[in-house]
Amino acid sequence: MNRKQKKVFVRIIAAALCTIALVLLPLGNGPLNLLFLIPYLIIGYDILLKAGKGILNRQIFDENFLMAVATVGAILLGEYTEGVAVMLFYQIGELFQSYAVGKSRRNISQLMDIRPDYANVEKEDGSFEKSDPDEVAIGTLILVGPGEKIPIDGVVEEGNSSLNTSALTGESLPREVKAGDEVISGCINLNGVLRIRTIKEFGESTVSKILDLVENASSRKSQSENFISRFARYYTPAVCYGAIALALLPPLGRMLFDLAPEWRVWVFRALTFLVISCPCALVISIPLSFFAGIGGAGNAGILIKGSNYLEALSKAGCVVFDKTGTMTQGVFEVIGIHTTGMEEDRLLEYAALAESYSSHPISRSLQSAYGKDLDKSRLSKVEEISGNGVAAFIDGRPVAAGNEKLMARQGIACETCAEAGTVVHMAVDGAYAGYILIADKLKPHAKEAIAALKKAGIRRLVMLTGDREEAAKQTAVELGISEAYSGLLPGDKVDKVEELLRKKGRKEQLIFVGDGINDAPVLSRADVGIAMGALGSDAAIEAADVVLMDDDPVKIAKAVRIARKCMRIVYENIYFAIGVKALCLILGAVGIANMWMAIFADVGVMVLAVLNAIRALSVKKL
Amino acid sequence: MKKTYKIEVDCANCANKMEEAAKKTTGVKDAGINFMTLKMWVDFEEGAEPAAVMREVLKNCKKVEDDCEIYL
Repeated sequence: MNRKQKKVFVRIIAAALCTIALVLLPLGNGPLNLLFLIPYLIIGYDILLKAGKGILNRQIFDENFLMAVATVGAILLGEYTEGVAVMLFYQIGELFQSYAVGKSRRNISQLMDIRPDYANVEKEDGSFEKSDPDEVAIGTLILVGPGEKIPIDGVVEEGNSSLNTSALTGESLPREVKAGDEVISGCINLNGVLRIRTIKEFGESTVSKILDLVENASSRKSQSENFISRFARYYTPAVCYGAIALALLPPLGRMLFDLAPEWRVWVFRALTFLVISCPCALVISIPLSFFAGIGGAGNAGILIKGSNYLEALSKAGCVVFDKTGTMTQGVFEVIGIHTTGMEEDRLLEYAALAESYSSHPISRSLQSAYGKDLDKSRLSKVEEISGNGVAAFIDGRPVAAGNEKLMARQGIACETCAEAGTVVHMAVDGAYAGYILIADKLKPHAKEAIAALKKAGIRRLVMLTGDREEAAKQTAVELGISEAYSGLLPGDKVDKVEELLRKKGRKEQLIFVGDGINDAPVLSRADVGIAMGALGSDAAIEAADVVLMDDDPVKIAKAVRIARKCMRIVYENIYFAIGVKALCLILGAVGIANMWMAIFADVGVMVLAVLNAIRALSVKKL
Repeated sequence: MKKTYKIEVDCANCANKMEEAAKKTTGVKDAGINFMTLKMWVDFEEGAEPAAVMREVLKNCKKVEDDCEIYL
């Protein structure tokens, strides 16, 4: 508890003891009852002060003011114990709320406790000095000892170690690193000493990007949150007008029928209304549920950029995903070379050279299959044709490497390949020269991921790929997906997603999952864009709404389950809190519930709603 | 132009009221409060002076909830 909370706690104890003593004393019905003002003022002076300020600022629907009216009213009517008790329980409720919120705030920030405090910077004489990570320039040598966090993204210059990436990815298996490997900030160095040369500034490092994302999450509010803020705006005035009506109308009505007006009874019932007028339980528990859900997901390596996306995820009806890098490893290998006469090595060399400027996984696989150094000076007039391939001149000979579309574009007839995999057709000197077959492997958990999504009730699973139909079909069959579209250019993917968006059910949300490379337009077009394997890919973190820190596709279903659990809790809280309040208002109006019950219900609902909200934090078993 | 400020407020409903008050301040295009992280973001109108606008925002917030603070 902080100082403010401790002070309230002491006041609660003092006022409670004082009240109990007064209740036990034989005070009778006389003016001795005014002694109850002592505990009342101990516990309620700040509320009364705030109520006064509220009136000065014309805030008549301020909960402090309403509490003050209810309790002062009770005391004026001679219900001293009620007046004091309502104030007492109100304060207990407020204290609990502020304690619980503070505690979950700390819990959640601990989950995301990846901010490094310092960097050991190497000085010219070889010694090391602790510096603020913010002040470390690119290219500085830093030392990371065992147990320390890597403060800034960099490349290992010297040393071997294993890294704990669980704070970033939720993956418990350590990652081995050696000299030459790129390491990302936020990982914890487990055993060896690493000398790292930084390749980014702290502000641009992974850890800063992630913290920024987490801290600014839920600035985009969900529909449920907006509903609650709107509800809160109307609820308090409505209950207050209800209270006025309850105090005035029944007695006046009774007077019309020549009955005793019973002012006292009805005014007291009206005061009961005011006790329940604060929408606190609702207003606190909804954002708390979302915050806990986003925090829990973050701990599992799933970063959600706002509660609106959490809400959308929970309504997922259609999941569209990219094949390469999402369901497959994106690591390609050359598995066959077919030529029309040229030597296989020569064909491979031309292909590798032509694609040597591209960092696409396919080109990299060609280069690694060729295995020798490439002399790029032999290459000229390179033209990359997006979604088709490359046309270039090698040693002055025109060479084209790409898919069937490229061949068609150049007016060259090509052979078809019946085997699954990606085919790179080659044309040299304007004539067809053969093809190179490249295949990609499925990720180890890809099948499981699809099964989990089906089990989670996702109605429609669609795979999009720029690959050939044969490759797409084979992957789709292996994964158990019935719908796959192949041969799509990046632009076609956007069109396809738009078409699917038009066809989906009104309440369903469409999720697109990609690896974040080349997917940015589709990621932003879908209702929820999920980028995976985003460690180290800034573009993906920017474009996506949900970021999976590692590249395990099983996390897609997990994200959906976390979102559903969180939304279930949100709805439980909404129905529960509104339900209990409505019930209390009705019972209070007919005189069954008195002020005691009202304050118990009010504080009790809040406590339960807050405890329920914190449940959203635990996502381990989902 | 968008800026983020750290705030101090005890109850969630008060945060909602502060948000409303901030949105209604002249020079503020849009504003929001994240009660859980105790942060307020303000999107200023074109040509508005953030420091002056924020003084007004704080004043208006104090009106709806006396017990609040915005760290400018």
